[in-house]
Amino acid sequence: MIPFDYQRAAAPADAVAAVAGRPGAAFLGGGTNLVDHMKLGVAGPDLVVDVSELPLNHVLETDTGALRIGATVRNSDLAAHPLVRRRYPALCRALLSGASGQLRNAATTAGNLLQRTRCPYFQDTSTPCNKREPGTGCSAIGGHTREQAILGASAHCIAVHPSDMAVAMLALDASVGVLGPYGERTLPLDALHRLPGDAPEQDTVLRHGELITDVELPARRFAARSTYRKVRDRASYAFALVSVAAALDLDDGVVRDARVALGGVAHAPWRATRAEEVLRGAVASEGTFRQAADAELTAARPYGGNAYKVPMVRNTLVAVLRGLTAERPDRPYPGWHGPGLEEESG
Amino acid sequence: MTTGARSRAVGTPVARVEGHAKVTGTARYAYEQPAGAGPPLYAHPVLSTVPHGRVRALETMAARTLDGVVTVLTPDNAGQLDDLRGAQDGELAVLQSNEVAFRGQFIAVVVAESPEAAQQAAGLVEADYDELPHHTELRGDSGDLYTPERVNPAFAPDTVEGDVDGALDSAEHMVDVTYLTPMEHNNPMEPHAAVALWEAEGGPADRPIPAGSDAERPSSDGVATVRLTLYASTQGAHTVRSTLAPLFGLRKEEMRVVSPHVGGGFGSKGMPHAHDVLAVLCARAVPGRAVKLALTRQQTFSLAGHRTPTLQRLRLAADSTGRMAAVAHEVTEHTSTVKEFAEQTACGTRMMYAAPNRRTAHRLAALNVPVPSWMRAPGEAPGIFALETAMDELASACELDPIELRLRNDPPLDPESGKPWSGRRLVECLRQGARRFGWQEGPPGSRRRREGDQLVGMGVAASTYPCYTSPGSRALVRHDGTEHYTVRIGAADIGTGTWTTLTQIAADALDRPVEAVTVEIGDTDLPHATVAGGSSGMASWGPTIVATARRFRTEHGQQPAAGAVMTGELPDNPDAEQFALHSFGAQFAEVRVDVDTGEVRVTRMLGVFSAGRIINPRTARSQFIGGMTMGLSMALHEHGVLDHRTGHVVNHDLASYHIAAHADIADVEAEWLEETDPHANTMGSRGIGEIGIVGAPAAVVNAVYDATGIRGRSLPLTPDKLVR
Repeated sequence: MIPFDYQRAAAPADAVAAVAGRPGAAFLGGGTNLVDHMKLGVAGPDLVVDVSELPLNHVLETDTGALRIGATVRNSDLAAHPLVRRRYPALCRALLSGASGQLRNAATTAGNLLQRTRCPYFQDTSTPCNKREPGTGCSAIGGHTREQAILGASAHCIAVHPSDMAVAMLALDASVGVLGPYGERTLPLDALHRLPGDAPEQDTVLRHGELITDVELPARRFAARSTYRKVRDRASYAFALVSVAAALDLDDGVVRDARVALGGVAHAPWRATRAEEVLRGAVASEGTFRQAADAELTAARPYGGNAYKVPMVRNTLVAVLRGLTAERPDRPYPGWHGPGLEEESG
Repeated sequence: MTTGARSRAVGTPVARVEGHAKVTGTARYAYEQPAGAGPPLYAHPVLSTVPHGRVRALETMAARTLDGVVTVLTPDNAGQLDDLRGAQDGELAVLQSNEVAFRGQFIAVVVAESPEAAQQAAGLVEADYDELPHHTELRGDSGDLYTPERVNPAFAPDTVEGDVDGALDSAEHMVDVTYLTPMEHNNPMEPHAAVALWEAEGGPADRPIPAGSDAERPSSDGVATVRLTLYASTQGAHTVRSTLAPLFGLRKEEMRVVSPHVGGGFGSKGMPHAHDVLAVLCARAVPGRAVKLALTRQQTFSLAGHRTPTLQRLRLAADSTGRMAAVAHEVTEHTSTVKEFAEQTACGTRMMYAAPNRRTAHRLAALNVPVPSWMRAPGEAPGIFALETAMDELASACELDPIELRLRNDPPLDPESGKPWSGRRLVECLRQGARRFGWQEGPPGSRRRREGDQLVGMGVAASTYPCYTSPGSRALVRHDGTEHYTVRIGAADIGTGTWTTLTQIAADALDRPVEAVTVEIGDTDLPHATVAGGSSGMASWGPTIVATARRFRTEHGQQPAAGAVMTGELPDNPDAEQFALHSFGAQFAEVRVDVDTGEVRVTRMLGVFSAGRIINPRTARSQFIGGMTMGLSMALHEHGVLDHRTGHVVNHDLASYHIAAHADIADVEAEWLEETDPHANTMGSRGIGEIGIVGAPAAVVNAVYDATGIRGRSLPLTPDKLVR
């Protein structure tokens, strides 16, 4: 570990000023990802500005009925929040399927959005990686590709974004409040994360010194009929092989509106707009669901070891949609045995 | 041999005697041991980043000049090691040359005042390599496969009995399948760690780095000029000393190894590895100051041993009634280029079933891979997986219930040696397990049912492990006065319960309550004890204590004087020559497989074991279910992914090298037959450290077949292999 300076910010503007003023500075939230990177030599900030104690630990209902989530709200607190549990089941399930209990207690909302890929080559400084060291090459291409992207990858990077929470938020039309050296701005969540293109070192569109202050979930009819399904190698503490967040507004068997987002498939949480187009206005049926999945997957480009993700996404998406349109939308699919809301539904 | 000790404590669930110290954090593990007068120094190694070649140049100046750095050792200044036993143990020839035989090998080490400085400096060391072509991929059709002289520990590599090909050709039912198991890594919770302190009498510089052989050293003058203390995390303190002392030109009296508590080993701490040598090299360079070294989790993937990947071709032949005519088991596996380790993968097949025609073979490829070594049930874990999965396939071919198939092929005598079994009760284990598990008779696939989007199935497999006893253990019994006894033996407790079980054995042997006996283990200052390996610990140390206690009573009677002492050693067991000594078990699993995603969850497991007398049901249960859990992980999770371009294990941490998490383990139960094996030893017990893992992977994989109709022939059975 390389020696570094540490300060704790009292106000968001102080934190922004401190980081903006030093090119090598980094924000520290829950520390569940950055500290690992510092130990591994993946990151070497010369200044760490601790934002975990900023007064951004709120979950509020706005006058438009939206939910505003402060950047420092811990993942476990957010998952347990009554409004989240009642109105945004997809988000609750996504949070509870992430990491482990201990990590969820530490991880923050903004930090979860900004966590970096777990591509093993990115995390190992002895192997080339364009994301870690631009221009050195992508070790994953031609290497171990089992967990890598099938959508939106480039010749420079095929890594996937690891977050569960972000996938659910994407399906819930979330937006992100940002404070920077030159003021505030609001981004739709689907504009936050980038595809790798020729600059995979940039995970997001945020500029140095910009701080996420909150996430807003608007009131939408489809939010209540939403869920998240994570497919994983083991029942806990494993990143998604693929995941599906879906939200439906149903009217007498017809899909009035739909949101579908995928995890584990791309450099960013993946908004499945092609699937949504098929669903919107269609009769909710097995055939529609398959058609939606196939529409989204026509763009899939597997890299050898991850070809299984295509049928896995298809099956999972169809199963999730089937579950959401079943009699009991609170049970996302029959035999469901993941973390959930059954025991306390309100 | 008959049962001697009157049983009072043995067989009861005595709580761990060191449990309070462990849960209150006062039990010291290797890295926590204070040593030396001043503050300790910290070592951080530099690892090769190429899989084959030669270090042309090492740039260490930036590291040497970093604040807090004391020294940087490379092959230029680390000092020679004595007696490397020819080329036998190249793994321990640490910093002795610039050759690189695998990626992740030590090429330098930094010693510094803080672990942070050591790590940072290690990152500043730059190596230039002359690279050589490398080979890391195990292939069955590779031209340079060879037959090892023996397989671990000393078995013949190949065996042939009868006319295997003839029997295969004329059989009614035949199974011919190849199974793949991947590279697997032991990953005990406590890292591989050592604290070394090199003290030279008469001043730190009194004894320069030795370069000569042992013969040049004064050995009979009785003056110990060096005192080397190594706090190690090991399954055998004496083994560490007997291996390392000669490397450093030391007489054994000059070296002490201390290892009272060990946070898991699973074989990876069964013999000293390169980091132990490296710690001592560092300590020798800074005499008088303790040096601490703990491998990071990532480093253990190349430096602490692993299980070889295996390719196993199984051919089974049976007549129309399911009676086996032949079994052939041919194994291809890897070893390193610096040290040979040949896993005895097919050995279990030699004794398991009554087929009159049998052939087993082992072929090795020496690759540019880290040095493989023992991992829980070496040989049996992968080999019985393949055999017992093939048995399930044979049951399908014969349209027989898989338990019935095993019953029809249960041999009355050991097929390999022709000797009578000391106690083969596999049939009882299978029957009892079937009853307890709710097994429904029928061929594989017949128990399948669908519940919602899940397919449910059950699987069964047999389990076996030899009863090994290691000669050479000694013990000391001392009467402390007031009817309290101290028993000393340099045994190891790697989390298995040795502290407790040896206390129980000693208490019964001395006819005293457990409270009246204190056992001391984990130190070479105690009488010599053999390694906690091959499930031989209890079966070797226990009879040693029983024999010593008897000698004590013979010599000192029932009212010994305070301070009365007796030593003793492991007695010969003539029955070991007369009987085939093996433990057996039956493993059952119920799985649910998601039809959409291919995710497998094991909802129930049951193991029924026959392992002789159980010393302590509480610690025994932990051993059994721990082994079964590890077997579940082997079936569904564990997979060291070797990148053949770079030669390194890509997923070298516990976030990406998966083992079962708590949420994966629903209901795991172990039970055992109440029995005593009169031929095993004076306690009537066989070791249980390994049998729990054996057969468990096959039970899970067979259950997946029962549920889905998909045969899992390549471990682990991850969702990508099952999704359709």
